[in-house]
This record gives sequence, structure tokens and C-alpha cells, in this order.
Amino acid sequence: MPQHTTTDPVIRLRGATAALGGRPVLRGVDLAVHRGEVVALLGANGSGKSTAVRSAIGQVPLTSGTVELFGTELRRFRQWARIGYVPQRTTAAGGVPATVREVVASGRLSRTKLRLPRKADREAVSRAIELVGLTDRARDSVSALSGGQHQRVLIARALAAEPELLIMDEPMAGVDLASQEVLAHTLREQVAVGASVLLVLHELGPLEPLIDRAIVLRDGCVTHDGPPPEALGQHALPGHDHVHPHAASEPVRTGLLS
Amino acid sequence: MEFLEPAFMQRALIAAVLVGITAPAIGIFLVQRRQALMGDGIGHIAMTGVGLGFLLSTSPVWMATAVAVAGAVAMELIRWYGHTRGDIALAMLFYGGMAGGVLLINISDTGSNANLTSYLFGSLSTVSEEDVTAICVLAAFVVLVTIGLRRQLFAVSQDEEFARVTGLPVRVLNLLIAVTAAVTVTVAMRVVGLLLVSALMVVPVAAAQQISKSFKVTFVLSVVIGTAVTLAGTVTSYYRDVPPGATIVLLAIAAFVVLTALAAPLARRRARTAEADRACSLDPGSAVPPGPREPGDVRV
Repeated sequence: MPQHTTTDPVIRLRGATAALGGRPVLRGVDLAVHRGEVVALLGANGSGKSTAVRSAIGQVPLTSGTVELFGTELRRFRQWARIGYVPQRTTAAGGVPATVREVVASGRLSRTKLRLPRKADREAVSRAIELVGLTDRARDSVSALSGGQHQRVLIARALAAEPELLIMDEPMAGVDLASQEVLAHTLREQVAVGASVLLVLHELGPLEPLIDRAIVLRDGCVTHDGPPPEALGQHALPGHDHVHPHAASEPVRTGLLS
Repeated sequence: MEFLEPAFMQRALIAAVLVGITAPAIGIFLVQRRQALMGDGIGHIAMTGVGLGFLLSTSPVWMATAVAVAGAVAMELIRWYGHTRGDIALAMLFYGGMAGGVLLINISDTGSNANLTSYLFGSLSTVSEEDVTAICVLAAFVVLVTIGLRRQLFAVSQDEEFARVTGLPVRVLNLLIAVTAAVTVTVAMRVVGLLLVSALMVVPVAAAQQISKSFKVTFVLSVVIGTAVTLAGTVTSYYRDVPPGATIVLLAIAAFVVLTALAAPLARRRARTAEADRACSLDPGSAVPPGPREPGDVRV
């Protein structure tokens, strides 16, 4: 049995296939994220990029293929505090009012589990809120925040556990310019202290300088894995559609091109 | 304080306080996960338990607890496996439970339509010594779960997918919420009745969230409102000879209306304060260069 070493990729998908409602969404995806790397997963709507990310953390079952996190098979993986997950959401609010701090603190549960939070836990939550620049809003209800601030809350929630790997599903969707800059700054700081990042993006945008490698998916297959396709121009990407991060809604689809 | 004299009223008031605490305490998590009507479904299912209790001449409260817990677990399983016809499955469960209860009570020797009504709408005079013991034990369980695991239940109810990726035992916690809701239904059954149980899980929470910004305050306030209306409703029902369940629910709705009316000026004042803050940073006469634009700002 191979020994787990520090050179194991933090995420590795091998021959991953998955189906949603009988329709194949991933058709044999191989991808790896290495320690300290920032990898962007690009592709059009329906290309399978969200499914790829969600299958990597066990939220979509694979029909074949394998997933390894930190060198451990997904089925045996238990160290969830090493992962900070930012799901694709337009809101951080639930059916009952909750403050920014209350929502962010729930991210710390991967470390506290069933025990009571200690001083170090409360400090980690405060730091996470500070990282996304919401300290002055910490006691406000999340429902009073703007779209970009909701995204910042979701990211702070992921950072509260002080993870080594950040997995973000479209963190820039519907985010205003000011929040985009905050997010880019936050990410830069995480990378500076050695975090690895896998993020699903519609386009590289303000995060472009941070990204080491881009993986492009099309119809559930990897069509590009290498340096960010800047020479090409991101608009030439297969299936690129003109969604800009500051556009709040999805593009109007005519059905002819999609 | 004359209403404290009769033994049946003392028992009814103990039951009322426990209902006032437990129903909003678990109800807040149901409202948070947008399953506000789950309590209503469990109430319907519990009816079969009451019927079985009569038929087998055992305690209807314990029988209702057993059947309600089984029903709640079944509801949670239907949700897990995400059946496309999940709503139809739930409908079968709810109406089957209600119809079964009515049938069983009528074919039992001890049950009657009067009994049925007392379980459907609540009744003060029928809360027995045995019932109070059962209600105390069940309420202690609900309080332990909802307060002891509030952080974990909050996370699961706020964002289930995220909670799974934190490694929390989400399935176990979901089942615990369902079971606790079922237990609460049987705690509340004697006082407010099975048909109105759900109202006491939802309305105090809805009232509290009109004026609160945090989960913590909503939790405390909804328990305070719940306890106040159950006590007031029970006492009113003693003097006026009106059904306690209906009185309690109408009082809770009155609390909701009053707090909603209070909330509007409160929200306006908050908005004005926020606006004032913003005006300062945008003051054109200021020598300080404008700070980074806040995302809430509208570009003109």
C-alpha cells in the first residue's frame, strides 16, 4: 500500500463519471490539484464543472472512477476541517434571521463538532469575518446584506475552520466590483500562507493573476488542462458565454446556441 | 389567582408552560429549513397513535409519541431518498394517519367523539396526573436537544450541503429534528390539540423574527412569546369556557400582528441611521478622499 506523502495531490479525480437524472454529466474526468496550487475550473453552463467539484467532496455520487482527498480515498476521508467549501448560493440567509457572525461560526463546526466552542474558535471566527472585511457588519442580519456581501459571508464561513484547501463554486457570480476586489484579496492572502484552491469560474476576471492552472470542461470532458488560456483570450474559450461577474442574473438563452 | 386552586388547572398550567417552551424551540429549526408545516403532518399521524391508545387501553400520550416518532422518521426517509412523488407519499401518510385515528377511536370501547374532540383541539380538564408526568419527561428531552445541540442543528437547518462538508452527522441530526418535532407534538397535544400544534411551532417564531436580527434573539423571544400565550390562553379558557387550543393560537397570531406593526417603524429608523452613515462618507465638502465604495451603494 503506498504511503501518503506530502506530494499527494490535495484533490485527485480519476476517470470520474457521474449522471444527474439519467443524463451523463461527467464522462471520465481526470483532474488533480497539488499543494499550494490555485486551479480554475472553467466551462459553459452544463459543462459539468459544478458537478465535478461537488463529486470531489462527495455531494454527487460517481457512477465510476475514484476521488482522493489529501491522498485518502473519499469514502475513508474524515478530516473535513482541512477543507473549506463555498457552495454555489445567491444568499447566505435561511428561513430565520441570523447574524453574519452566527452564519460564519457554523463553518467552525468542522473543528468543534459536538463540543462547545472555545476562545480559539471564537477568535478564528472573528478573523474569518475580518478577512472578508465584514467586521463592522458582524452583528447585522445577513438578510440586510447585498449580494456581494452574502458571498463574502459564505467565504468567511469556509475560512472559519482555517482550511488548507478551499473549494469554491462560482464565488464571483452576482458579485459587485467592491466585493470582487475583497474576494481576490482574501484569496491572495490564503494562497500566500500556503492554501490550495479549486474554484469554478465562468471567466477568470479579477482573479486571473492568482491562477496557476486552468482546466476547461466541455460536455463532461476535460478539453484543456494547463496555463490559464490568456493568450487565446478567454472569450475564445469553447462554450464561453458572456456572463460577467457583475451581472446579477444568468444570460438570456435563446436555445439556439446553448 | 383563583385559577390556581383546582388541581386540574395546576396540571393544565404545567403542561401549558412546557408546550410554550418546547413548541417554538423545535419549531424555529423547522421554520429555518422551510418546513414550517411539518408539525401539522406529524399531528395528523399522531392521531392514529391516540386511537391505538384507546383501542389497547394504554396511555394515548405514549402511544401517540410512538406513532408520531415512526411517522416523522418515515417523512425524513421520504425526504432523503428524494422521491419525485414525495409530496404524494406525504399526503398518504398524513391523511392515512388522521383517518386511522378517527376510525380506531370510534371502534374502541372507551373512545367517543367527545374524546376525539379533546385530542383534536385540546382540553384543560382532561390533562391527567399520568399525562403531566409523560409531558415533563418528553419536554425535558426536547429542551436538551434543542438547546444542547443548537449550533449543530442551526448549521444543518441553515445549509444542509455545507453542513455535510463540515463532516457533521447530518443524517443523524435530521432524524433528531424529526423525532424531536414528533415528541413536541405529543407534548402539546393535550393543551392545544393535534390540529393546532403546528401553529404553536410556527407562529411564535414568525412573531419573534419580525423584530430580531439574530438567531439567538429569535430563539429566546419565540420561547417567551410561546410561554406567554399558552399561559394567557389557558387562564382565559378557564374563566370563559372557550377551547384552550383555539384561544392560545389566536393570542399567538395577535402577538404576531402587534410585533409586525411595531417592526415597521423600527425598520424605518434603522434604514434612516444607515442612510445617515452613508451620507457622511459621501459628503462632497469633506477634505478626506472618499473611501472604497460599499457594495450596497448605488452608482449615480
